[in-house]
Amino acid sequence: MALSAEESGRLAGLLTSHADRVMSRWVEVAAGSLRGRLSQAELRRQVEDLHRSMVGTAEHGPLHLDGEHAAELRAVLADLSRGRARQGFSATETATSIFALKDVLLEVMEADAGESTLRDYVAYSRLVDQMGLFTFETYVRTRESLIADQAEQLLELSTPVVKLWEGVVAVPLVGTLDSARAQVVMERLLQTLVDTSSPYAIIDITGVPAVDTQVAQHILKTVVAARLMGADCIISGIRPQIAQTIVALGIEFGDIATKASLADALRHVLRLTGVETARRQPRRDR
Amino acid sequence: MERVPILKIGDILLVSIQVDMSDQTALQLQEDLAERIVATGCHGVIIDITALDIVDSFVGRMLSTIASISKVLDAETVVVGMRPAVAITLVELGLSLNGIRTALNVERGMELIAAAHADEHEELDDEPDAETASS
Amino acid sequence: MITGVDVGQPQTQAIRSDEDVVRVRQLVRTVAVAVRLSLVDQTKLVTAASELARNTLVYGGGGSVEVNTVDNGLRRGVRIVFADSGPGIVDLDLALTDGYTTGGGLGLGLSGARRLVDEFDIWTAVGEGTRITVTKWSR
Repeated sequence: MALSAEESGRLAGLLTSHADRVMSRWVEVAAGSLRGRLSQAELRRQVEDLHRSMVGTAEHGPLHLDGEHAAELRAVLADLSRGRARQGFSATETATSIFALKDVLLEVMEADAGESTLRDYVAYSRLVDQMGLFTFETYVRTRESLIADQAEQLLELSTPVVKLWEGVVAVPLVGTLDSARAQVVMERLLQTLVDTSSPYAIIDITGVPAVDTQVAQHILKTVVAARLMGADCIISGIRPQIAQTIVALGIEFGDIATKASLADALRHVLRLTGVETARRQPRRDR
Repeated sequence: MERVPILKIGDILLVSIQVDMSDQTALQLQEDLAERIVATGCHGVIIDITALDIVDSFVGRMLSTIASISKVLDAETVVVGMRPAVAITLVELGLSLNGIRTALNVERGMELIAAAHADEHEELDDEPDAETASS
Repeated sequence: MITGVDVGQPQTQAIRSDEDVVRVRQLVRTVAVAVRLSLVDQTKLVTAASELARNTLVYGGGGSVEVNTVDNGLRRGVRIVFADSGPGIVDLDLALTDGYTTGGGLGLGLSGARRLVDEFDIWTAVGEGTRITVTKWSR
């Protein structure tokens, strides 16, 4: 798929001898598909970068986009593609900016067509295709990581751990709990127990519409983990349907305290701690 | 081989594990602690594992054994300071540390031992009926 | 079930003594931190490595471990290979059962370690040895 040494040399020559024309035409053609959403100056700068790194790479001998000395060219392409993905351009718009080079090359090469022109054009065009695909892939990767970042931010937002009372923290869970979110919530809850030195935690699932086996397992594991750390969990707000699911799935809640509402759970904990202060500490039943 | 130091604070022996213990070090600690409980007549042992970034089945078993040994020697053992990641891992590993009392930190561990000790004394002083009030 | 390709130089560590098990834990932690596993995943992986390294020492009569960074295109991970030329495992299914032990341990080494990692592969032949490959991927 690489250009031969001669082809690369001729490409470098072509791009340098017609530098101004190539660049201005490239900007024009590319701008057409972007419909003025990117400033001419910025597009011009990107095209100049691309032009420079293409010439630099082609002068180095056989041009191969995966090759070692094409690293700079790849970096420029990746940079352009990442920028476009962040600015909200579509993948097509991004790749078209690269494909525009084909039109430009055709115009330049038509002017002084020789014996090898057709062959060269096909080879160059293949290179441009590769460059376009490369930007496409980078574009997709960038979008994927953007989505992952946003998902993580959402996760952070949707899982508050609050201190209810001295020694009592609560997590009010709202919305669908998937395995990933359940895991994040639980980790944060346990960390908060340590940070606030709270021996009691209330997990309130009033706002959770459904619980599947995995999520129930996560909650159970958290309760056991909290016990290992020396803290007790109370689960509150179990809806009738969820209670039915739990029983139907055969999940054993064992000796874990459950209360109808968050208020009941808090009252329960306060009674426990209240007894403790009145009677010094009773032996905790484990 | 490194040795884990055992401190005596009042009626309590405090072991703060600060190193990544080899299995030999763990076994040595088990022995040392049994000797110190007998030598000092302490009624409480606090094992602080705040600094441990993992507890595997070997260390888990050591903690259980220490708890059982000290019980035989009339001392209460409390393991304190387990990190959340360690607790989550232990649950996944399937290690429940049965029979071990735990607390969030040294201070809470001391409260627990004091309470357990107080209970025992109450049992001596009070009628057994007075004991049923708690949770 | 092994996916992804190795990247970088594998780091090796012999397992001949107790102290070597400690070294394995430290080595695995360093690599896990470099691959940016979450704290919980680091802890799970190091714990699994500790169990398996001890198994290699106690049941395999010593051996070696190789730690490598892997990449499957989407995520990076840590791959650890434990190898010994000990007696091998006669009944693999039994050995992977919770609570089964021939060495006086808790019987959670193999079965527990398997639950702590994302990929677990075991090869064993009686009289030839055992080779266990585990992988943990970053989230």
